[in-house]
Amino acid sequence: MSSHSESIIREPLITGKNITYAQITNDVLFPVENKPNKAWWIGFTVASLGAMVWLFSISWTFWYGIGEWGLNKTVGWAWDITGFVWWVGIGHAGTLISAVLLLFRQNWRNSINRSAEAMTIFAVICAATYIFGHMGRTWLAYWTLPLPNQYGSLWVNWNSALMMDVFAISTYFSVSLIFWYTGLLPDIAAIRDRAKGLRRRIYSILSFGWTGSVKTWQRFETVSLILAGISTPLVLSVHTIVSFDFATSLEPGWHTTIFPPYFVAGAIFSGFAMVQTLLLIARKVLGLENYITMFHIESMNKIIILTGSIVGVAYITEFFIAWYSGVEYEQYAFINRSTGPYWWAYWSMMTCNVITPQLFWFRKIRLSIPASWVLSIIVNIGMWFERFVIIVTSLHRDYLPSSWVMFYPTWVDVGIFVGSIGLFFTMFLLFIRVLPSVAIAEVKLLLKTSSEQAKLKLIKEGHLDPEQVEFYKESLQKFDSVELADYDKV
Amino acid sequence: MSNTKMILGLFDDPDEMMHGIEKLQKNSVPIYDVYTPMPIHGIEDKLGVKESRLGYAAFCFGCLGGSVIFSIVYYTLVHDWPMNIGGKPHFAMPDFVPFTFEWTILWTAFGMVFTFFFASHLFPGRAPRVMDLRATDDRFVIAIDAKGNIPHDDITKILQEAGAVEVKHNDRKYVSYE
Repeated sequence: MSSHSESIIREPLITGKNITYAQITNDVLFPVENKPNKAWWIGFTVASLGAMVWLFSISWTFWYGIGEWGLNKTVGWAWDITGFVWWVGIGHAGTLISAVLLLFRQNWRNSINRSAEAMTIFAVICAATYIFGHMGRTWLAYWTLPLPNQYGSLWVNWNSALMMDVFAISTYFSVSLIFWYTGLLPDIAAIRDRAKGLRRRIYSILSFGWTGSVKTWQRFETVSLILAGISTPLVLSVHTIVSFDFATSLEPGWHTTIFPPYFVAGAIFSGFAMVQTLLLIARKVLGLENYITMFHIESMNKIIILTGSIVGVAYITEFFIAWYSGVEYEQYAFINRSTGPYWWAYWSMMTCNVITPQLFWFRKIRLSIPASWVLSIIVNIGMWFERFVIIVTSLHRDYLPSSWVMFYPTWVDVGIFVGSIGLFFTMFLLFIRVLPSVAIAEVKLLLKTSSEQAKLKLIKEGHLDPEQVEFYKESLQKFDSVELADYDKV
Repeated sequence: MSNTKMILGLFDDPDEMMHGIEKLQKNSVPIYDVYTPMPIHGIEDKLGVKESRLGYAAFCFGCLGGSVIFSIVYYTLVHDWPMNIGGKPHFAMPDFVPFTFEWTILWTAFGMVFTFFFASHLFPGRAPRVMDLRATDDRFVIAIDAKGNIPHDDITKILQEAGAVEVKHNDRKYVSYE
């Protein structure tokens, strides 16, 4: 968020000819201040039906216990932990966008950070429901906290990676929430100052009395920067700790040192895919094409190729190390993954995570909205399979062949998983109706430096050589909302 | 004497507002505050606003959080109820790291943000003391305390010359909510 001067031949971050500060506010607040359109209602109906499936399945679990899940004495973790790790991973992109990209001064984050952060919050809520469900006796969840109790000196086991999880996830959720909400204050104030009646009162309470004075802005920016600085190691630590749940065990296929970086890369990978899935629709439905441009989509696709490739290297490294370690149990675990009864899950994971994202190397595919959307969903499917493969294939063949079994999900497993997706989308759809889905103040910062009109003005004033203008024009060809005819007049 | 409490110069461009600040300063007109819809960089230097000390607060809260959780883990695991796990040492530092790390960050974040709210007088339900409703939308507002700053017409003229799209003479200090 610092002041920046950037090369004028870089692609604009806000397209459109006559964008003003007022128009940015109008465009972003349009869905908040007006009645929802048909597309929103259809989405909301489908999503809330899904959320009801979740409510029913999770209530069923609480009532009858986790015996209703497909777990058995060998496979004690399955769809629940798969879902948990998957959702936590998805959540990571939000923090990555708001924290890491802020530290690296990547201004393209300004248009997408708000929805990505909201996505983080909702994804972590979904992840948490799995953990609470998995506990069986959810009402005793407070046992995971280090509280003195009536039995005497009985404390939580600090040596357990599951305890580390409690601390990591709760810290992650609360820090993300406070980061998101602090960032929202100026935008809530913008809604408040335009609203009337009851809405004004509600947003007035939510805005904490924000006025936008110089000192407040200065402190606000200090807070954002420090929060970004501490959230960056936090987000890396969270998925590292999630991977400890597996890595600290002695299970073949789990007990590996590659898990922390591999899980983190996978988290960024799946998180960016989910941001892509959501934003490609949101920009269309909410009419935000000028703010979430092809440049943003392309940048995210590039991150997907990078992290997808890291994940691919990790898969191959795991195989290599299994062979190289000379540990037969480890070798068997990996042979079993790729050729055993769950071969289809393994190869689905490989196809979705390693092979298909490589299609983004083609510029045409990277710049195609339908292709990006489909591939982002494929990545999400692949990442779900990855978690499933790690958990179930390692467990279903343990050291004792007499206990080898298969895992079959019950309808409750399926209901909770499908339902959690519904729950996530319900929360997201409600979010875009009541809060701005693009950080208004941060986008306004870009208007005078990185918008198309600012760049066009600079060209008109003659700050660019003719060949640079040519270069710039060529780079603009991918934007559907840029009219190249305007540049010919210059 | 007029009832004007505040003179507001409304600009639609941050650069022109900066220009306005310069002009007012050149004419020795004290500026009460500036309200903008987005952070304006470089304005602190111009207005002589001191650097924020929230970083120090963040550091202190971080140290506190780290120490608190380290003490809890030490007390429970080493002092109060040491567990013998295969004869391994009770004071197993590597196991302490994730907890200490997480709580250092947790306390830094919450401590700093609450300090920010406290210092900036932000809390849920606080009546917003807004001078102009468009200051959160597209107007960059320079506020000048009218008391003692007479003649007001001169201030109006300076602001208009600097490119203010509108100059307001407010009878009330705050226009909204109160």
